[in-house]
Amino acid sequence: MDTLNNFFFIALPYIAFLVFLIGTISRYKSQKFKVSSLSSQFLEGKKLFWGSIPFHFGILILFFGHLVAFLIPKSIILWNSEPLRLLFLEISSFIAAICVFIGLILLYIRRITDDRIKMVTTKMDIFVELLLLFQIFTGMYTAVFMRWGSSWFASVMSPYLKSIFTFSPDITTVSAMPLLFKLHVIGAFVIILMVPFTRLVHFLVYPLDYIWKPYQQVIWNWNKRKVRSPKTPWSIHRPKNN
Amino acid sequence: MDVRSQISMVFHLDKCIGCHTCSIACKNIWTDRKGAEYMWWNNVETKPGTGYPTKWENQDIYKGGWEKSMGKVRLRGAGKAKGLLNIFHNPHLPVIDDYYEPFTYKYLNLIESPEEDTQVTARPVSMITGKPIDIKMGPNWDDDLSGTPDYARNDPNFKNLSAGEQEAMFQLERMSMFYLPRICNHCLNPACVGSCPSRAIYKRGEDGIVLINQKVCRAWRMCVTACPYKKSYYNWGTGKSEKCILCYPRLESGYAPACMHSCVGRIRYLGVLLYDASQIENVAASDDEDLIQKQMDMILDPFDPKVIASAKKNGIADSTIKAAQQSPTYKFIKEWGMALPLHPEYRTLPMLFYVPPLLPVMATLADNDVESQKGTLNPISKFWERATKYDTTNEHIFGTIDDARMPLKYLANLFSNGDEELIKETIKKLMAVRLHRRDVTVGDLNKEMVAESLKEVGLNAEMADAIYYLTSLAKFDDRFVIPPAHREQAIEMSEFTGDRKGSAGFGFVEKPARGL
Repeated sequence: MDTLNNFFFIALPYIAFLVFLIGTISRYKSQKFKVSSLSSQFLEGKKLFWGSIPFHFGILILFFGHLVAFLIPKSIILWNSEPLRLLFLEISSFIAAICVFIGLILLYIRRITDDRIKMVTTKMDIFVELLLLFQIFTGMYTAVFMRWGSSWFASVMSPYLKSIFTFSPDITTVSAMPLLFKLHVIGAFVIILMVPFTRLVHFLVYPLDYIWKPYQQVIWNWNKRKVRSPKTPWSIHRPKNN
Repeated sequence: MDVRSQISMVFHLDKCIGCHTCSIACKNIWTDRKGAEYMWWNNVETKPGTGYPTKWENQDIYKGGWEKSMGKVRLRGAGKAKGLLNIFHNPHLPVIDDYYEPFTYKYLNLIESPEEDTQVTARPVSMITGKPIDIKMGPNWDDDLSGTPDYARNDPNFKNLSAGEQEAMFQLERMSMFYLPRICNHCLNPACVGSCPSRAIYKRGEDGIVLINQKVCRAWRMCVTACPYKKSYYNWGTGKSEKCILCYPRLESGYAPACMHSCVGRIRYLGVLLYDASQIENVAASDDEDLIQKQMDMILDPFDPKVIASAKKNGIADSTIKAAQQSPTYKFIKEWGMALPLHPEYRTLPMLFYVPPLLPVMATLADNDVESQKGTLNPISKFWERATKYDTTNEHIFGTIDDARMPLKYLANLFSNGDEELIKETIKKLMAVRLHRRDVTVGDLNKEMVAESLKEVGLNAEMADAIYYLTSLAKFDDRFVIPPAHREQAIEMSEFTGDRKGSAGFGFVEKPARGL
């Protein structure tokens, strides 16, 4: 049991983060063409709406919820000191989880039943969808049967994750947890591990910079101000190409 | 003044015979691939008709282009807030059924099928799923079907024609149609570029071609929504958007784009325009009435010394300026004012222009006194011994224009943002050139009337002959005037030329030197 715990909670996270880091960078560098998710809305748009919208918005809420709980656990506990606020936090996150769950189910049905979508579905897509379904199921199970996760997260997961990131792994708290919660944690590491090999990579290229960039974009092959000027000095440095 | 050069095209619609050779040439070179089967970077539509994708001009459905709001322009269906919010599901994205599901036939059945009582058929199969389908739509599905209820009557350009005017167009005796070839307009204010969250789409500075960087495109698909002409296509196989590239690899090596090169009717003209880029924002946001005029004013006179000096300062090569001076498109657009942009109201400032069709001139069969006519004709004119003549003359010089079979209002909705006068002006020019040439070659017209008609539209005999030459006789080199692409400068400026020294030059990045 100790060996298993050591593997899943010490070895796996380091492997996952290392593979994630190296994998995504090398995919971006060497296979830039493939750094996106293969959108299938063009082949089928209506069923996608009912799956994609609840799934994406739900998972965004859950992702940032987990992130905040990890980064500032003390403020979460402070917030939860009032039962009403605790209920509000738990119920709203659970609604997000239900959205993700329903969205995933609908997306999965769409993937395996629609003739056109089947043509652009790979085995890896199915694997990703099942992995996420597994993750959301174990998460919802934890939320329902191990109350209240938003409170004990601070005392169980935050120290553990902190110990991982500070390279002094301490798994005493997490290895004492029930099996389904452990599966949830392991699932999370597997998801991180799989990012560079799946369509999940698209969340890294969410185009936030679009907000501050100008609408029009013109690119010259050469520097238009310098190309005809005899004063332009010879340079062995490559000019920055706009 | 920020002078840039733009390669632009003019389509002379009176010459288009709707043969689709341009579409096929383009298809064979660029879009004969998986995921691109449904794409027609170049397509030819029958007008009136619903076009491709169906009803693409109806922006209430497709939400393409820019709209004016508070003195500025903003994207109708995409843009920063809307684009990022709708990134998980774009509510205005056309799906493949709006174009058509690509199909082929199982031809092998014709050979391999066992002997049966019934005739063997080659069933249509979808090129997406490979399964048999019932074909509901295909490329040019509404070709030549103007007047039919399903297609022509659903044409969005009829929106402000009265019911009576519309019905008249569908009567068998009055029915008329023309062909509208369309490629990417390589706009000055492209909506696709503006809508791309990944900044994958860009306009090339040196020739104005709008391109999509396939390695940067992340399949957010906003360009498909934003382009009001629906000329950005989503490749469902690769998950990238693709569009007309104006055959830039051909242009750079001195060949005409495939669509132009293959054009049977020789309706296309390709040339350089110099324009003032500093005005783009202002012009795009100008009022509906002066949108076209302002766009025309942006295009600069390539003979003006100030423009030339400013162009040189902006790095435009002498060869490009010279090409702009000889540009056939500049003549049609600015010098003669005969070419208009397609749907300028989308505010993308399209850089492809159309000479509107004159369509069959309203003519009558008149009695002909053979002997007396012989005396009036020029010696070079052809003459038939017939008792009737095809009479195109009219008491009022331009009397037939208002009775034209294609209502001016319809043409105005296509080419001039509803301005009928502008259409009338260009049609009159076409007519005046025709009258002038009839006078020169046949000589049976009243000379005063011909001179008056030319004067009324601001032309003279010399200009009319030039228009006639470029319209009817122009050789390929007159229609296609493109400067060298100056790739050598591109290499000098963007790379250390020493890297290239001694390299093989045909694909090897490594020097072909062997140390071993």
